[in-house]
Amino acid sequence: MNWLSQLFLRRRMYRELSEEIREHLEEMTDELVAGGMSKEEATHTARRAFGNVGLAEENARGVWRWVSIENFFADVRYGLRMLRRNPAFTALGLLTIAIGIGANAGVFSVVNSVLLKPLNYPNPQELVALHQIAPGAAGLADFRNGLLLSPSMYFTYAEQNRTFQSLGVWIPGTANVTGLAEPEQVRAVDVSDGVLQALGVPPALGRWFSQSDQIPNGAERVMLSYGYWQRRFGGDPAVVGRNVLVDSRSREIVGVMPQGFRFLDADFDLIVPLAFDRGKLILAGFGYHGIARFKPGVSIVEANADMTRMLPIWMDSWSNGPGTNPHIYETWKITPAIRPLKQEVLGNVSEVLWVVMATIGLVMMIACANVTNLLLVRVESRQQELAVRAALGAGRARIVRGLLVESVLLGLIGGALGVGVAYVGVRLLVASGPANLPRLSEISIDARTLGFALSLAVLSGLLFGLIPALKYAGPRTTLALQSAGRSISVSRERHRARNLLVISQMAIAVVLMVSAGLMIRTFQALRTVDPGFTGAPRLQLMRISIPDSLVAEPERVTRIQNAIVDKLQAIPGVKSAGFASEMPMEGFDSDWDAIYAQDKTYSDAEIPPLRLFKHISPGFFETAGTRIIAGRELTWTEVYGRRPVVMVSENLAREMWATPSAAIGKRLREFPSTPWYEVIGVVQDVRENGVQEKAPEIVYWSSWLGNSHDPGYAWRTVTFAIRSDRAGTQAFLDELRQAVWSVNSNVPLASVLTMQEVYDKSVARTSFTLVMLAIAGAMAMALGTIGIYGVISYTVSQRRREFGIRLALGAQRGDVLQMVLKQGARTALVGVAMGIATALGLSELMQSLLFGVSAQDPMTFAAVAALLIAVALLASYIPARRAVLVDPVVALRYE
Amino acid sequence: MKKTAKRDLFPGALEMMILQTLRREPSHGYALVQHIRRTSHDLLQIEEGSLYPALQRLLKEGLVKAERGVSSTNRSVRIYRLTTAGAKHLEREVSSFARMLEGITHVLAPGES
Repeated sequence: MNWLSQLFLRRRMYRELSEEIREHLEEMTDELVAGGMSKEEATHTARRAFGNVGLAEENARGVWRWVSIENFFADVRYGLRMLRRNPAFTALGLLTIAIGIGANAGVFSVVNSVLLKPLNYPNPQELVALHQIAPGAAGLADFRNGLLLSPSMYFTYAEQNRTFQSLGVWIPGTANVTGLAEPEQVRAVDVSDGVLQALGVPPALGRWFSQSDQIPNGAERVMLSYGYWQRRFGGDPAVVGRNVLVDSRSREIVGVMPQGFRFLDADFDLIVPLAFDRGKLILAGFGYHGIARFKPGVSIVEANADMTRMLPIWMDSWSNGPGTNPHIYETWKITPAIRPLKQEVLGNVSEVLWVVMATIGLVMMIACANVTNLLLVRVESRQQELAVRAALGAGRARIVRGLLVESVLLGLIGGALGVGVAYVGVRLLVASGPANLPRLSEISIDARTLGFALSLAVLSGLLFGLIPALKYAGPRTTLALQSAGRSISVSRERHRARNLLVISQMAIAVVLMVSAGLMIRTFQALRTVDPGFTGAPRLQLMRISIPDSLVAEPERVTRIQNAIVDKLQAIPGVKSAGFASEMPMEGFDSDWDAIYAQDKTYSDAEIPPLRLFKHISPGFFETAGTRIIAGRELTWTEVYGRRPVVMVSENLAREMWATPSAAIGKRLREFPSTPWYEVIGVVQDVRENGVQEKAPEIVYWSSWLGNSHDPGYAWRTVTFAIRSDRAGTQAFLDELRQAVWSVNSNVPLASVLTMQEVYDKSVARTSFTLVMLAIAGAMAMALGTIGIYGVISYTVSQRRREFGIRLALGAQRGDVLQMVLKQGARTALVGVAMGIATALGLSELMQSLLFGVSAQDPMTFAAVAALLIAVALLASYIPARRAVLVDPVVALRYE
Repeated sequence: MKKTAKRDLFPGALEMMILQTLRREPSHGYALVQHIRRTSHDLLQIEEGSLYPALQRLLKEGLVKAERGVSSTNRSVRIYRLTTAGAKHLEREVSSFARMLEGITHVLAPGES
């Protein structure tokens, strides 16, 4: 017989087995009766001789393996019935688990989509960012991107390497598109040959750029993103071959990238080829991001070595002009530090997400503790039932398994609800779109998340089922049967399990609330930092670019910018206006270089520290609210006269000349070939790179540089700042546009934001962490409070009889109350102490997320401890007072 | 599941005795118990309930067969019968048991160690 037919025949076999045993008993009984025994006595004797009929039958069936499956289904049916029969308990348990698993599955789906899933390119493990560091270039460490590549470096790496399939450089930017509808500023990515080849995503339409598209002054080409193609061309397949005006130059569309293609993490509208003029390149110009695809099997170590080998070739192949030493860069100690592209895309978000995941995991533990408590209480009231089952021949293992099946069922149903919670939560998260969270659009609940939720449901079901199951499936059947229905005061042993749960819940709650508290303190600390500008919500920003194809002469650029400032200032409600090459925290790539002071001496080999360069208009500091520490602001007369004047930040002035006032009148320059510039003003430090980052040393140049003999250089892409109480309103923005277009109708506006929005974006990581940890903290607090309250009040209510006896024997109500409070306080104190110890141990993990507050901040710890102890005391007090107010006689008669 | 009986016997002993009894003549459950008890001169007290799991094990391993039949007291019962495989198995078990018993006897015999 094969097992399948056995399975179908099993019912018959079982029937036969039962019959056989029944006949066995009958035969014995008959024989005994024949021997002279009474019928009744004979039946009993036969039964005794046979032993437990049910068990024997079950064991006999157990020889064939289906019994375990059948028992399992019986347990499931029984478990479901028990859950249905206690709707209040089931609802509370399911709710707790659903919240716990929902939060965990939600956060896991974020971790999975953002951190774990590979990037959306073919063979993403081969893709790398060509990151390099230069510890010898003083001042460079302040710049977030390490040392970017120069075009000459790109040519060296691309042509001389042995480890890359393809390699290129790119730079994000904006472009003005005119001639379609309104002039529009769009997001563009400028790429060299090799970038699209490295990413390896074929175009949806047309072709990639080829080397022939990268020739300077050659044919001008452009590629479109899917979104831009749909938006501006209605998805017209005949778009390839058409021309568009990009920055006033006609470019031929050669291809459209497919839907869902993102450039690293950026949405873009256009891809524009970089066309470097090889003949004019120098060593310097470190402004381009490098990207490459490894040859199969190449490791990062090998590729780093390959780049290290090419650096001397680079220095030998190019120069910075006659009379310069190309090997000066040896002092910079340029070191390749290639990073997986994924790491480049993710940035520093991974530590935030892991902290959030760990926190949410702790919330799950609190939820489990709560459900364990519920189950403990309930299994206690089911003692009688369990004892009956044991008396009827159920083995201990069978009872434990039954209870476990029940709790796992609870976990699974709760988990299913939790997936719903997670789905809603993730939708909300994506909709609220926290800035700085990369790959946001890729976040979804996938099979891996579902698997995670499932295993979490089963594991937590086993976890919170095991403690009550082991505790009450013991062999104390007779005792339970006897005492059932009449509970005496609760034994010390039963107390212990619950107290342990309360203590661990308290401890976990302390850890979570301390982390949330530390984030709140961090946020407070960030708020008190002077960022170097004031009244951010009333500071309107907009970015305007005047390409040289539209206006060639630097002087006209400056006059147009000046005219725009004048028009803006004429708008009602505008207090002042100005512009700068970038606003603080905007995150545009900065201009920077070394400067030389006239009153200092420098050795030949020495390159002074690199300083951030910004280009500003008169009135800019007044508009931004940046305080002038010494001297004065730039004037338009100085701009138009191209007077050699300059402003510096306070920290730079102090570093070079000890005090801000001493800096006034001192002179500095960028190259030996440029004239000396006189310092006319010192302004307060500005947190350029974000509130958390140290304020860099800054040199503020005029927006138009040069001298009266040549046209010089005007900064063409600038952010205008307008100070007005009307900032951000639609009517105001319309007036701004009109003002700009009245000067030149071909100039588009971009990045129309208030300074507050820029600021919020720069603290987005901290706010995101804060919000997530606050949610986790609040959940811990709510679940923990419910749990602690539930357990303590249940314990107290169990002791009503004991209180009644005490009161009857003459104890005062106050004494009893005090006793309960003391016990509550003792448990709470132990829990809080353990929590504080754990939090202190874990706090180092959070250090990198904190700002202006120590990870061991005493105030946060004290506040959390006080709060939780208060909750515990309240949880003891309310039920205890109710218990002692009852008449002792009633309490004694109770039950 | 393995708690088949409160066996004072070593594992396999009951099965061995069942097989031996069935080799003599095919019989049903009750007769099996009676026979074992009688031939052991009431020295072996088998809990009768443990007989049935043991019979199921033997059935599953193909050492015995079961068929409907009529007992000596004219009852319709299931008669168990030894198979060829069962006979071979019994032979092996008995000889290994004999060796084990001999060994134990040597160890326990007074004055011979």
